[in-house]
Amino acid sequence: MDGMQPSAALSADRLSKHFGDRVAFQDVSFEIGYGEVFGFLGPNGAGKTTTVRTLGTLLTPTSGTATVAGLALTPDNAVEIRRRISIMPESPGLYLRLTVLENLRCFADLYQVPTATKRIEHVLSAVHLTDRAQDACGALSKGLRQRVALARALLNDPQVLFLDEPTSGLDPVAARGVHDLIDELRQRGVTIFLTTHRLDEAERLCDRVAILNTTLRTIGRPDQLRDELFARTLTVRTAVPLGAPDRLFGSVTGVRAWHEDDLSTYVLTVDDPAQTAPEVTRALVQADADVLSISPSHHSLEDVYLELIDVPAGQP
Amino acid sequence: MTVNPRLVRAVVDKELREFRRNRSMVVGMAIIPLIFSVQPLVTVFALSSSASGPLRHEHVLLYMLGIPALVPSLVASYSVVGEREQGTLEPLLTTPIRREELLLGKALATFIPAAIVAYAVFALFLACVGLFAQPSVASALIRPSDVIAQLVFTPLLAGWSIWVAIVISTRANDIRVAQQLSTLASLPSVALAILIALNVIDVSLLTGVVAAAVLLALNRIGWRVASALFDRERLILGTKA
Repeated sequence: MDGMQPSAALSADRLSKHFGDRVAFQDVSFEIGYGEVFGFLGPNGAGKTTTVRTLGTLLTPTSGTATVAGLALTPDNAVEIRRRISIMPESPGLYLRLTVLENLRCFADLYQVPTATKRIEHVLSAVHLTDRAQDACGALSKGLRQRVALARALLNDPQVLFLDEPTSGLDPVAARGVHDLIDELRQRGVTIFLTTHRLDEAERLCDRVAILNTTLRTIGRPDQLRDELFARTLTVRTAVPLGAPDRLFGSVTGVRAWHEDDLSTYVLTVDDPAQTAPEVTRALVQADADVLSISPSHHSLEDVYLELIDVPAGQP
Repeated sequence: MTVNPRLVRAVVDKELREFRRNRSMVVGMAIIPLIFSVQPLVTVFALSSSASGPLRHEHVLLYMLGIPALVPSLVASYSVVGEREQGTLEPLLTTPIRREELLLGKALATFIPAAIVAYAVFALFLACVGLFAQPSVASALIRPSDVIAQLVFTPLLAGWSIWVAIVISTRANDIRVAQQLSTLASLPSVALAILIALNVIDVSLLTGVVAAAVLLALNRIGWRVASALFDRERLILGTKA
């Protein structure tokens, strides 16, 4: 590099990968800034892992361009790109006959890590495995193996870290441990490209997410995607059905529309829930309604995902 | 292309550690030398002094070239397909190592124990013949030219077997198939060694030098061919895009 860090840690422009007639992913474009945690979501077979492998120089793209850790994704740059990034595949892929330390030592040598011993101690401590360093990897649980794989991915202090389903098959406690580690890495400014099925995981960890189903369906912050896809609503619950809801809600200026969702439950479409909620409350009190609750409706990332994933490519 | 010795060494160290802890690999490396040394020793010990005459026209020692031809093929055939089956190939390929360095490391890691075993068994064979065979039989068997041929051809044959086995390993989808094909592929070398040992094929100094030069060239070509056939995409996906 010439001393100036490019603005994007990772970018793709109309990147595609085909296997013969089969399209793994098509026309994928995005830009990820340094220090960003970027979630890559999609169903099985959507092309997530193939995208990671392509950006990680393991597969050659069929068309399109990309830059990874400041370098153009070309065969000539492959070795240097691999030096600057790390990939943690879905399966840890550890040498089960070797100890944790021996596994890490091998990869530290392959990354030509200076002061390898110190670095290994550091990554082992980061994944809380210092006391298991001499254990054979074959004797470790799945969760611990995943942590060893994460330690291995951190050995070269990567500029961009690809995590492919890092919590796949882990129990909630082990998954929580991996989440905490990702949080720590984010705080240290590591750019993370996280592919996952787990939408709660993406919502919790990622600054932005992209939804892929062969083509990129959407990209943005989770809250932004929710706002784009779903109307903002307030849900009003009363003890008994309102006498004249049409008149009541029609008198509140911020309410665009309303419908009765269930007996005594009313969903109001509003411009700004925070501004409209007090007005609705006042109107309800004036109408002597027995109000049980007024709450802004919450749409999860899962709702966004389910809304988008079945839409045919090219449609909004 | 320049080879980074540190990366090659990292692969060698890792492979040797794995071999040591893989019992089936250790047993496999021990059985073939036993077959190639015990039976000939028993035959040699049973020979009387009168047998030394015909022995002077044969190159019985070269029979032991079967060891460097067979032993490494078993191990080398595991090298790529084995990593693939245990799921360790992809993490390895995400590191900055080039395929030429990776394969050289794997070849060296097989070559070192195979050459040590072949030389050790040969030395043991010579010692046993020298100590326990009839003196005239021993002097007919142990001829400097055959000893030199054994010393020279052991690494060359081992190297050739290794590259053939690695080529097979990069293309095979199953460890057993790779091992069977590699053993099969090393049989011509073994057969040639036996035919020379039994004097069916007559060899001279010139043919020996030419054969050594050819094997040296084949070793170099083997590395190139194995590297060219090492297709990351196919190895990761199981198919070529």
